[in-house]
Amino acid sequence: MVARQQTGGTAQTFRRQQDSQYASVSNETNYNSERFEPGLPSTNAKRLAKGLGWFSLALGTTELLAPKFIARISGVPERRAGMIRWIGLCEIASGVSIFAQKNTAGALWSRVAGDALNLTSLGIACTSPDAKRGRITFATANVLALTALDMIAARQLSGGKTGVHANASCIVNRDPDEVYSFWRDFRNLPRFMDHLVSVDELAEGRSHWVAKGPAGMTVEWDAMIVADDPGRVITWRSLENSDVDNAGAVRFEPAPGGRGTIIKVNIQYNPPGGVVGATVAKLFGEEPNQQLEDDMRRFKQVMEVGEVVVSDATINGTGYFDQRPAQPLDQGRRIQE
Amino acid sequence: MRANCWMGKTMVSVQDVPDPQILNQRDAIVKISSTAICGSDLHLYNSFIPTMVAGDILGHEFMGEVVEVGREVKNLSVGDRVVVPFPIACGKCFFCTQQLFSLCENSNPNAWMGEKMFGHAAAGIFGYSHLTGGYAGGQAEYARVPFADVGPIKVPSHLRDEQVLFLSDIFPTGYMGAEMCDIKPGDTIAIWGCGPVGQFSIRSAFLLGAERVIAIDMVPERLQMAQEGGAETINYNETNVYEALMDMTGGRGPDACIDDVGMEAHAPGPIFAYDRLKQAMMLETDRPHALREAIMCCRNGGTVSVIGVYGGFIDKFPIGSVMNRSLTIRTGQAHVHRYMRPLLQLIENGAIDPSFVVTHRMSLDDAPYGYDIFKKKQDNCIKVVLKPGERGRSVEKTRSFDAAGNGDMMVH
Repeated sequence: MVARQQTGGTAQTFRRQQDSQYASVSNETNYNSERFEPGLPSTNAKRLAKGLGWFSLALGTTELLAPKFIARISGVPERRAGMIRWIGLCEIASGVSIFAQKNTAGALWSRVAGDALNLTSLGIACTSPDAKRGRITFATANVLALTALDMIAARQLSGGKTGVHANASCIVNRDPDEVYSFWRDFRNLPRFMDHLVSVDELAEGRSHWVAKGPAGMTVEWDAMIVADDPGRVITWRSLENSDVDNAGAVRFEPAPGGRGTIIKVNIQYNPPGGVVGATVAKLFGEEPNQQLEDDMRRFKQVMEVGEVVVSDATINGTGYFDQRPAQPLDQGRRIQE
Repeated sequence: MRANCWMGKTMVSVQDVPDPQILNQRDAIVKISSTAICGSDLHLYNSFIPTMVAGDILGHEFMGEVVEVGREVKNLSVGDRVVVPFPIACGKCFFCTQQLFSLCENSNPNAWMGEKMFGHAAAGIFGYSHLTGGYAGGQAEYARVPFADVGPIKVPSHLRDEQVLFLSDIFPTGYMGAEMCDIKPGDTIAIWGCGPVGQFSIRSAFLLGAERVIAIDMVPERLQMAQEGGAETINYNETNVYEALMDMTGGRGPDACIDDVGMEAHAPGPIFAYDRLKQAMMLETDRPHALREAIMCCRNGGTVSVIGVYGGFIDKFPIGSVMNRSLTIRTGQAHVHRYMRPLLQLIENGAIDPSFVVTHRMSLDDAPYGYDIFKKKQDNCIKVVLKPGERGRSVEKTRSFDAAGNGDMMVH
């Protein structure tokens, strides 16, 4: 700890580098900057969104102020300048909304709609006799490329919104290295993550996960480690052909004053359609944050006292509907090693 | 085994339930020799604490003999005679290592309930609602004691059960109430509530060096017991408490005030009706009359120590009085573990004999009767000890009082 304190500045710089490497936001003084999101919507997507926002503003302003210039370079007849002005206004609106809205994904989808409008306009322009086909084709290619970027960013960001996203944090009276080592052995996760049946380590940072579903169903997937920085961070995500696409990240930060480790976990999954999807949605309960928080509480218990602590009322679980009267159970469940 | 179960508002019944088993490796099973009804059990009995479920076994003041230990319990063996502290504490977390045992982070599996209600959860407690973990309590023949390597304290055989039983709760609780006053020589301490905890606060205040203790209640035998402990008394049904205290202290007020009453305070006049009505309408969960009065009476720069149990929200809290007059408010469920050894020493030295507080002794089967007379303060009832080893009806009144007339002979 002493060494870390003495080299605090360096450590912080190092952390920033790590953060950008793991596509994470690190604004240490402002919690409201969004917490690290693993795998699916990365901060890359957010950066891309911001870039697209600036592009929208620049293009929109040019379209609004210099529609004839735009018409010339895109091969569209100059008499379409009025329409180009309107498109410019729409462009500015979607650019502003990318910055103004919390729901960046929504704004990006409006950009995709705008792209469709642009493509339609280009298509119509193409039919007019004074159109310059070469330039229109070039402009169309550009708009198509932009559309692809818009869709990527929008899908990545809305993936986090439409899928299930949970985060939780706890503080454990142990060093980051100890806590990291325990977590890094994924076989330990079912000891405190209620919905997990088993995790087996495969070769090359891969692992096989089995989770509980209702009515005795199970879902399975293989996962791989995306990032692994001992004592600091582990991120993982599911591979193709998973019953449920998911990703997770856990970060370990030394608590101030040498008071153990702050652990921050994010978990995300995109329930696929059909029966499995519905099952998975229920599997994780209506309050995925609560579930993850309970998992983290059990994690802390395992780390600090060696096992999950049970009371008579919570033998079946700690949820509101799991509670039984606080009296001994006939066949009291004995906790296995 | 037989156990006293909460079945609904003002309903308890002694039922046959399964025997407890070792569930965690640091558990022990204790065969209970003596267990008591606590004033805070009345908050459960009267349904003022949420998250109770019919069938919950009550009781958090108990002692007995270790009959089974989990694999990780190295310091206890079968046959040890132990007193069990009411908060359950792991001994390993941040708060346990700070000696703040009633704030243990690991002993309450239902911590989420506490987080919803209080912002953060406190430790698990035996037999005290699901909010504090949903642990079966000790008004039973046997109890499972989690973290038995941290909590239970072995007691010497020459001390009777009733001399050491109250190390489980009311003696440390009353003591902590006094300790939080940071008593200096010459101090005057005013104590609201002369129930069992108040009685121990009175005696603890003197042990900690108070020169003068003024105790406030309305029940004659409780006031008598307070006087026996060396306190001057104010009967709030006969006297205006603020005026009496100012008169007794030359207008300055007591140096520190202890609220040993909590959420079900009684008060003369319309303020009681106001709080009782709001409580009944669920507009406030607690009746904070004693706390308000303690704040108003405390001298400038003094300390208000809140050891009586509160469960939720109150109205008309005189924060202006607290702020403008530099008051300190100190609170907490007792961190019993840290007091057990030093207080056991005081008992062994003969500095105090906690059995003075017992008024009734009865079999576990008589628990419903015990709750009833304790709630209604009938038959001079101040403290009930239940004996799980006895069967059938066996009520023994252990002392009499001058004031209330209906006290019979001295049995013990």
